[in-house]
Amino acid sequence: MADPVKSIVTPIRLEYDYTPGRATSRFLRGIARHCILGQECPKCHKVYVPPRGSCPACAVPTEREVEVRDTGTVVTFSIIRVPSENIHFELPYAAISVLLDGAGIPFFHVVQDIPLDQVRMGLRVRARWVATEALAPTIASIECFVPSGEPDAPWESFREHS
Amino acid sequence: MRDVAIISFAQSVSARESERNEVEFLMPVVREAIAASGIERSEIGFTCSGSSDFLQGQPFAFVMALDAVGAWPPIRESHVEQDGAWALYEAWVKIQTGEVESALVYGFGKGASGDLGEILALSLDPYCVTPLWPHADSIAALQARAWIEAGRGTERSLAEITSRSRRAARSNPHAIVSGDETPDELLARPYVASPLRAHDCAANGDGASAVVLAAGDLARSVCSRPAWIRGIDHRVDPASLGVRDLTRAPSAELAGLRAGVGRDRIDVAELYAPYAHQEAILRQALGLPETTNVNPSGGALCGHVMMSCGLQRIGEVARRILSGTADRGVGHATHGPALQQNLVCVLEGE
Amino acid sequence: MAELCGIVGIGQTKLAAKRVDVSMPGLVREAADRALTDAGLDWRDIDAVVVGKAPDTFEGCMLPELYLADALGAPGKPLLRVHTAGSVGGSTAIVAASLIQAGIHDRVLTVAYEKQSESNAMWGLSISAPFGVAVVAGAGGFFAPLVRGYMRRSGAPDDVGIRVAVKDRLNALRNPYAHLHLADINYQMVEQSPMLWDPIRLLEACPSSDGACAMVLAREKLAKDAPTRPAWVHATAMRSEPTMFAGRDAINPEAGKQAARDLYAKAGITDPRREIDCAEIYVPFSWFEPMWMENLGFAPEGSGWRMTVEGATALDGDLPVNMSGGVLSSNPIGASGMLRFAEAAMQVRGQAGEHQIAGARRALGHAYGGGSQYFSMWIVGSEKP
Repeated sequence: MADPVKSIVTPIRLEYDYTPGRATSRFLRGIARHCILGQECPKCHKVYVPPRGSCPACAVPTEREVEVRDTGTVVTFSIIRVPSENIHFELPYAAISVLLDGAGIPFFHVVQDIPLDQVRMGLRVRARWVATEALAPTIASIECFVPSGEPDAPWESFREHS
Repeated sequence: MRDVAIISFAQSVSARESERNEVEFLMPVVREAIAASGIERSEIGFTCSGSSDFLQGQPFAFVMALDAVGAWPPIRESHVEQDGAWALYEAWVKIQTGEVESALVYGFGKGASGDLGEILALSLDPYCVTPLWPHADSIAALQARAWIEAGRGTERSLAEITSRSRRAARSNPHAIVSGDETPDELLARPYVASPLRAHDCAANGDGASAVVLAAGDLARSVCSRPAWIRGIDHRVDPASLGVRDLTRAPSAELAGLRAGVGRDRIDVAELYAPYAHQEAILRQALGLPETTNVNPSGGALCGHVMMSCGLQRIGEVARRILSGTADRGVGHATHGPALQQNLVCVLEGE
Repeated sequence: MAELCGIVGIGQTKLAAKRVDVSMPGLVREAADRALTDAGLDWRDIDAVVVGKAPDTFEGCMLPELYLADALGAPGKPLLRVHTAGSVGGSTAIVAASLIQAGIHDRVLTVAYEKQSESNAMWGLSISAPFGVAVVAGAGGFFAPLVRGYMRRSGAPDDVGIRVAVKDRLNALRNPYAHLHLADINYQMVEQSPMLWDPIRLLEACPSSDGACAMVLAREKLAKDAPTRPAWVHATAMRSEPTMFAGRDAINPEAGKQAARDLYAKAGITDPRREIDCAEIYVPFSWFEPMWMENLGFAPEGSGWRMTVEGATALDGDLPVNMSGGVLSSNPIGASGMLRFAEAAMQVRGQAGEHQIAGARRALGHAYGGGSQYFSMWIVGSEKP
């Protein structure tokens, strides 16, 4: 063929109304009040943060709300040096899996105010919140985590989460 | 083939789930179906679901749904990016291999969180048709027009189908819309895409459905009147609308024949017809007589949860057999523009 | 199981970063035609088609099997579309095999594909819900912390991932279909490649590929008369577990361990390392080779890395792993699982050319997906089970 068409571009834009769900909504409302709310499984008593409305292991809804602290332990991490359209942090940065004190499951965030080569498992961190007037129902109200200055947590204390 | 039956069914449909996310509205449905089955969750041999990422607007939307079913300890599980009716088919096949005795099947979708008719444009030829963004209602209208011009029916036929469906839906607690309009009243309303009016197009919503399947002796031991799957088959037609006779659904004809619809009388049929004329096309494709009670739930016209609707049609028939109000029925599911893909399931009481 | 299932035809496309020479229908057709040719069959011999691919958002086509029905010769036949995240290529083959094993069909065509160049898969993977903060970039961002966890747990030397990356790329040089043909691949080249998701380097990660894989499966009486001797399905297994729950071990997931135990029990295998001749497993990041060696029961927990270091997983080792070059050398996501399953079948059919393991009689194909939570695997053999 003399002049084959090898590709076309079709822009796609679709709009969705997003429903976070009841458990996540309560969590986000808590964040807007500077408060981290988890939910406890009525069967295994583990605390889910953020709550998912259920304990996937026990397949039961979680309802009892538990406030957890905004300090925690880095259970594992990765230094990210690859750009992605959905990422707004300056490269490179340290993505962490952080287990908050009182929580039964870690979640992803970032740690800052520490040289990247010193980020380590067991590092104790605390949340750095946005200014009070900027608090909003989004996890972005926690800007990042920063070292808390406490001694590292022993591996045995978080081994099952890393 | 092994005897396999539907032993329980549960569903949840709403015009819009504005508070609960997928896990939150799916979990009670799954729990209800399992509780009604008489089989413990941990005893269920296989789990299979149907959903579409584009209804959620997120990839791997089905992964989160696992939270709702209790996949711990790990379960034997699979997922089709199709209506839950095809998940039921996969589960039926799994039981036929002899590996498992029972299965949980569910389908869920959020058809109301975006413009479903627009989203469905992405399921057409991506190079030559999708860039034109034809709305699903417009494609259905082309089919309805062809059907009328071929002398198969009239706009009044559409109004009669819709009027009957909306009246039937009044007794269905899961219906999104219902009404008591006469065909004349419906004909007085405006077109959305002629010859289709808004009421001739499915009322889209959010929701989920679940059934539990069990093989022979297990089904009999936990259920007094199982809804036996006597035939199940699915077929697909070519994609291009231009090469199909839009006034017929050859894949539904073939699936109906192979599922054995015509082997005996059919008391009740639930046909997944998101547009009024499609009910007539399907009724003809399956050779259903006037005596068959078609869409006593009100059908997709009165409540359409994409990716769950087909499984719900089968469930609605199963429910009537389980309760003893019908002896033999057919549940149908469709996918794709203008009835491209069709699944037919024949159910019987003992 | 009522019926034995034989693999009588296998086809794959050239795997490449961008296959702009073919459309999506052209891509799946290329693999399917090759599988039919290998089987000595025609389209009319096929009773049903089972298609698999990863998320529809990767190409921006919703339910693409509907559009691909014609290219797959499916009109008038049953068409199933499977999607179980990254394990989908394997699950699709298992669903196709179950149609034969259940005695429903005589011959089934199964196809898996991904045409990542038609969209931005990394974006497709990372669409995040509102009210959150996107922290991890693509799959590497998700899996890198698990790799770090494994390194800590096992005490493995830091360079195990480098060794796997070199081995698999050397194997790929023997596979004409592989995407990456890095003629000068060596230890230093991998070691010096940029750190993307620390501890994962660029060359310790899979590429992004276009490609398709197809197989024709047949029931016993038809399979035994196939022009090339069939591979026989000895056992299949699938397991899933939730993405995250309190106490979940995502590094050595229970779902994978259970699937492997079930698989070996069905195949009558008691010592997998001795009784399986070679294994083609899903390793998108090099460290997953030692991790899966443990998960699959080939090595005791904490010592999978020794197999890599000692050369056991090399082509001349006692358990060659990823003879084709694996996912590290070609990753058309939706097809990647089926390519693993197909490689296992090619090995026991003696069709693997330059990457053939001499005398392979029993082989493992493996795939996983999601957050290391979906597992599908099969054992195929040159003899009937």
